[in-house]
Amino acid sequence: MSNHIHPIASLLAAVGRGISGVQVQWAGCEPDERQRIYFANHTSHLDFVVLWSALPSEIRAKTRPIAAKDYWEATAVRRYLAQNVFHAVFLERGSPAKSKTPDEPHFAGRHLIDEMAAALGTEHSLILFPEGTRGTGEKVGPFRSGLYHLAERRPDVELVPAYLENLNRILPKGEFLPVPMLSLLTFGKPLRIAPEEDKDVFLERARDAVSSLRRIGSS
Amino acid sequence: MSEFLHDAKLDWLFGGVLFLLVILSIIGNSKKGPRRAEGSRGTIANLNDWVPAWWKMCAIFTLAVLLGRIGALVLFGIISFLAMREYMTLVPTHRGDHRTLFWSFFVIMPLQYYLIGMQWYLLFATMIPVLACVYIPPSIAIAGDTEQFLERASKIQFGIMVCVYSLSHVPALLQLKIPGFHGHDARLLLYLGIVDQMNNVLQFVWDKLIGKTKIAWRVSPSKTWEGAFAGVVCATAIGTALWWVTPFTPFQSAGMSLMICILGFNGNLVMSAVKRDIGIKDFGVVVEGRGGILDRIDSLCFAAPIFFHLVRYYFNFVV
Repeated sequence: MSNHIHPIASLLAAVGRGISGVQVQWAGCEPDERQRIYFANHTSHLDFVVLWSALPSEIRAKTRPIAAKDYWEATAVRRYLAQNVFHAVFLERGSPAKSKTPDEPHFAGRHLIDEMAAALGTEHSLILFPEGTRGTGEKVGPFRSGLYHLAERRPDVELVPAYLENLNRILPKGEFLPVPMLSLLTFGKPLRIAPEEDKDVFLERARDAVSSLRRIGSS
Repeated sequence: MSEFLHDAKLDWLFGGVLFLLVILSIIGNSKKGPRRAEGSRGTIANLNDWVPAWWKMCAIFTLAVLLGRIGALVLFGIISFLAMREYMTLVPTHRGDHRTLFWSFFVIMPLQYYLIGMQWYLLFATMIPVLACVYIPPSIAIAGDTEQFLERASKIQFGIMVCVYSLSHVPALLQLKIPGFHGHDARLLLYLGIVDQMNNVLQFVWDKLIGKTKIAWRVSPSKTWEGAFAGVVCATAIGTALWWVTPFTPFQSAGMSLMICILGFNGNLVMSAVKRDIGIKDFGVVVEGRGGILDRIDSLCFAAPIFFHLVRYYFNFVV
């Protein structure tokens, strides 16, 4: 994995910023080169590009997205974009029901956590959408457990919540052409997993951390 | 390069505007103390909010004049785009409006400016009002979402009328062929801009100084009948005094200015009501740093189409 930014990635980042007119606010922390997992709500294909483009370029070069294997490997273009352009980490997404049950030592998702931990390595950061799929933008859906297991595995990595606002109106699920409205991106205060914290409690806390960053229509 | 250079009267007008802006900036800077609470700030401190916006508008008008007809169209096209972007961001739209919005932004808006560019008067004057009726509602209906159907259709229609149709009449002024005024159309643009802005600021100042009877306190708490009247009278006087840059006689100039002022007042009032309806104070509030264009052009949007049509009807004799 090189830390080189693909020119198409830079181009797409510029286009994404232009279309989304995004206004970025670092409300709970500052941009930093330390290892982080940025986790955000997911409503649009633009989410990743907009979040990624909001990072300073030296951080951007070391930040990789987590991509659902079934979707992003489905066509040659998607695979090229995910793999070669954005150096995505491919993961198979299980059904949410499946990932809710296992606390036994060898649960099915263990190798996924291994892969994400390996992708973090010693210098990389990850962008994760813990809902696992794009929602309608009204509410943040329940989080899958990957974030929890990863946080347990790598307690040294900061967990930074982020809220992407209005992107569901710019490019909603199922649409191909964007409407250039304005959007907001807010980074919140980094979370840490408490010792012995219950999985569901932590995931709910993480979800609240994301949805509390909403700026329009919250007050 | 522009056809509008080497116009002595335009230079005088422009020089005057720049002189005024420099003076205002100097006064503003000298009075800039530590920022006090919103309520206790004086009129001069409030004027400081206007001056930077005026510099920007002045820069835009300069650019429009320097770029010539086509450049001005592109420039105002961009302003339309930014204004409608602001409007649609804050006005609630549904998932089912997505494609209609896409067409509004990327087809109807450029087409309107293109039609003005090719001077197809009949079509650019009617396209958006007609499309707003026969295209927007069915294209929303076809998405299958009936919830708040009428509200959604109206909101999109209103946005495209104000941000695109009305505003596009400002650069359309440059397409007029007024006998004996050829090559001087840029002055009309500047005349409209100056009277409109003077009207805004003078109403604001008079509201502060002599305002008593509120017009519609729910819509705009600061607007008063006294302020509006005094503001319109003063701005009309300024517009009348500028008759020498226009093809109008002083008397005609007074009538045009009065019309610009009254319509500008209407624009302010209507857009304030829209903002109250959405639940914000300024269009720039929610999206700081990016917004506020609509707050500045609301009065212009209402005055521009009528001004254009009056000038065209009375002064544009070439068919």
